[in-house]
Amino acid sequence: MDANQLILFLILFSPLVAAVLVLIIGKFGGANAAKWSALIFSLIPLVLVIYLWFAFQSAAADADGFKFVYAVPWLPQINSYLRVGVDGISMSMILLTAILTPLGVIISFRIDDRLPLFMALFLGLETGLFGVFMALDLVIFFLFWEIGLIPMYFLINQWGSANRRYASLKFLLYTMAGSIGLLLSIQFIWSALGTYAIPEIAQKWPTFNGPFMINAQTVKDITFWLFVIAFAIKVPIWPFHTWLPDAHTEAPTAGSMILAGVLLKLGAFGFLRLVLPFFPQQAAQFAPVLALLALAGIVFTALAAFGQNDFKRLVAYSSVNHMGFVVLGVAVAAVAKANPAYQPYAIIAVDGAVLQMFAHGLSSAAMFALVGVVYERAHTRDLNQLGGLWRVMPVYGGILLFSAMANLGLPGLAGFPAEFQVVSGSWPVFTLITALSMIGLLMTGAYVLKAIQKVLHGPANRELLHHAEMPDITRREVIALAPLLALMLAIGVWPYWLMTVINGSVMKLIGG
Amino acid sequence: MNFNPLLILITLAPAAATVIILLTPKDKTMAVRITALIATGISLALSIAAFVLYNRSAAAADPAMQYQFQTDVPWVPSLGINYHVGVDGIGLTMVLLTGVVGFMGVLISWNIPDRKREFYAFFCLLVAGVFGVFTSLDLFLLIFFYELSIFPMYILIATWGSTRREYAAMKLTLYLLIGSIIALVGVLAVYFSAQFPAGLLPAGQTRTFDLLLLQKATIPIEVQRIWFLPIFIGFGVLAGIWPFHNWSPDGHVAAPTAVSMIHAGVLMKLGAFAALVAVRLLPGAAKEQLPLVILLVTINVVYGAGIAMVQKDFKYVIGFSSVSHMGLVTIGFATMNQVGLNGAVLQMWSHGIMTACFFSVVGLIYDRAHTRQIDELGGWAKYLPFAAVAFIIGGLVSMGMPGLSGFVAEFQIFMGLWRGPFFGQIWYYPIIAILAIWGVILTAAYVMRVVQQVFFGEWDPHKWHDLRPANFGDKLALTTFSALMIVVGLAPTLLMNTIQLGTAPLLKLLQGG
Repeated sequence: MDANQLILFLILFSPLVAAVLVLIIGKFGGANAAKWSALIFSLIPLVLVIYLWFAFQSAAADADGFKFVYAVPWLPQINSYLRVGVDGISMSMILLTAILTPLGVIISFRIDDRLPLFMALFLGLETGLFGVFMALDLVIFFLFWEIGLIPMYFLINQWGSANRRYASLKFLLYTMAGSIGLLLSIQFIWSALGTYAIPEIAQKWPTFNGPFMINAQTVKDITFWLFVIAFAIKVPIWPFHTWLPDAHTEAPTAGSMILAGVLLKLGAFGFLRLVLPFFPQQAAQFAPVLALLALAGIVFTALAAFGQNDFKRLVAYSSVNHMGFVVLGVAVAAVAKANPAYQPYAIIAVDGAVLQMFAHGLSSAAMFALVGVVYERAHTRDLNQLGGLWRVMPVYGGILLFSAMANLGLPGLAGFPAEFQVVSGSWPVFTLITALSMIGLLMTGAYVLKAIQKVLHGPANRELLHHAEMPDITRREVIALAPLLALMLAIGVWPYWLMTVINGSVMKLIGG
Repeated sequence: MNFNPLLILITLAPAAATVIILLTPKDKTMAVRITALIATGISLALSIAAFVLYNRSAAAADPAMQYQFQTDVPWVPSLGINYHVGVDGIGLTMVLLTGVVGFMGVLISWNIPDRKREFYAFFCLLVAGVFGVFTSLDLFLLIFFYELSIFPMYILIATWGSTRREYAAMKLTLYLLIGSIIALVGVLAVYFSAQFPAGLLPAGQTRTFDLLLLQKATIPIEVQRIWFLPIFIGFGVLAGIWPFHNWSPDGHVAAPTAVSMIHAGVLMKLGAFAALVAVRLLPGAAKEQLPLVILLVTINVVYGAGIAMVQKDFKYVIGFSSVSHMGLVTIGFATMNQVGLNGAVLQMWSHGIMTACFFSVVGLIYDRAHTRQIDELGGWAKYLPFAAVAFIIGGLVSMGMPGLSGFVAEFQIFMGLWRGPFFGQIWYYPIIAILAIWGVILTAAYVMRVVQQVFFGEWDPHKWHDLRPANFGDKLALTTFSALMIVVGLAPTLLMNTIQLGTAPLLKLLQGG
């Protein structure tokens, strides 16, 4: 085990250890000590990830394209190893997770109900997320995939707003229902191949043809769809998205930030890490279906977002809308699996999709944080109650405008290079679908501007201002938002620093 | 003629405590409690010692070494009955489970209001009987201890129980007695029909109850076919095999907390453990008939979970959840491959700890609320946060959440179903995997329902008149249970390495080698 492999393990488990420590510190030192220690602990993985980010670029990859791979026996009886490693795609997602966690901690400083427990769950969640991105063993992948559910469930269930019970249960049952099928197909693949190692399965499974008790094609189609449904619920792909607006709206601010910022990416990541390599034929065969669902997601949820009067619900629907472009990129890659002529386009599209995952992680986290800022002051998220806040909260207005513009894909900010690449990659492959998806992009502009207009412009709600004090955004909140704004700008102006890490792995994935 | 005092002492300590407690004057309740605590403490310490001292490399290298700490003393030589005890990887795991749950049971019943002396005496006798079964290597001895652990159950439930206790106690005893008598008849049939190779038995002896010797004997396949199901299901009644599970929810609900813990946590494993004897003795028939048994226990898994979902009584939910989870154990046996058997034994352990945890939480709440109606309870997480956390961890174990012990167990059982028996996959095994997974989904639903209502519902402090905080013993028990569920979930090799040493020879026996 060399130093970098050790650091990867440290990144994975340090948040879990930190969670326990924060609970202990909270018990003896009170909430204040707990929140500061949570912040300090959450910076440890960030520092390590930044170090690894630079080490990654010079490190050598193994034959499967993964770096820093290391395996510890977990349950040798079933041939399962705690095998972790990263490629460019997972590295960028790990960076995103490590950035968002401390910001979520800062945003949650003012929670007064059982703060140490909140922080502990939040940090524990981080380990679950890291685990999914790092896992190179299917059992371990599934383990972390499910483990993340528990803290998220309790964050919504205990610290959420009015309708939290319903939302958290819906979130849990949807995701678990999806993962049951995933579990069965994981075991089914094992019973055929006798291994859980992801790179090995990616090599063997596509060409493995039985003997099964029924037609091999049918078997593979079924397992493919079970994988797809599990990840489609998480992304979420229309029509599996109905848990999301509830969960996002009811979750506490930091919970929504991580939920939209990272948790949704787990689903997209599952497509890239497992579905495409394991099921190239099925993926190519069903790619048009996937593209159509992506289109439906982009258009319908943009319309739905436009129709919302709850600020947070509007932002929640915008997440489904934006993730639609990620799915479109995945669909292009799926086509290229069967038709090498499309590979160059697929590389552009998936580059864009991964960049979109990162960019949306930043902008949606920022948007949810900003919704939280207003909600904390006004105690309402009803767009018709708000209005004219720019005059009252000028700094807040500026930041909201900036984030909203990044969200709608203004050139120069993070969303633009991402969506531009997805669209230019998918145009030659799915011309009509891509053209139609522009309706969604148009509506994105409409709902983002609607939100800005209703919140910042227009006459101020005198009654609201009378009842609620509306001080401008505080320094703590600015600190939590500033890194996000800076990164949105950095990616928008010069996406190269991120693309150089992502691109190598995308080429490996597509096979260009 | 081996002699090793370790296992004898494990069984003897609680048995001796029974006698001492009964001889203690009635009013010295503290002395009674301390005696019980020390006795079960000795057993726990010795079972940990046995777990640590068990020579794993020797057992792995030489199948003859799998039973360790053996004592073999002739008891009734003319009938071939020996006092023969020893443990393999499976027995060892179960002994450790009994040690943990028995000790915690004493702690949990610390403040039992009525007739402490008699309660503890019978409780210790029960624990001694359970240890006896898990360590027996002689069929006569095994049945002796088996009955010994059923008898105190009757008194414990009928005297200290709640809801319809006389009915439940009678039902439980009749079911289990009839089951064990049928099994006994089967064991006798095997005893009389076994033919031994020359030189295996001591001079002048033609028959034996010794399990290890009987395993080497030839038993005609016709006899095997007739008697496999009676023995397997006769013992399996105690493991709650459908449709003979009916005694179990009633019994669990009526029993006092510590007895429910032992009962669901350990006693049901006794049934599964004893049913394995049928597999060991009659491997030829087991191969043919276990694929039929699996059909019954699939009903256990799904039906038990479905019934648990509609219960109004908190304790009945847990009672039926045990029926559901024990079904998975037998499914694991019926997969007849390494990974499925491993999963089944780990499920026995995992369910034992989990359900003991459940029942102690239910008991804690019932002692304060004096009701178990789920609708009437609410918000107990505020008042007993400790119990809430323990119950939630147990709940996550029961729904197979990764990172906890239940996942590792159930995952392997389902893997076993996909792989199928060693002689070739049977066509409906994958279908059973798909059906049984619904049990897991339903489990998630009923666990979340209970957690939402009982722990996070509306808290009404004026409703309760008997509120007192959990005492140290309760907290210690719940912490231990929670820690064990997490540790085994994260580092399953701690137990799996031992379990595998017991299941590998068992599988060999089935394969006829």
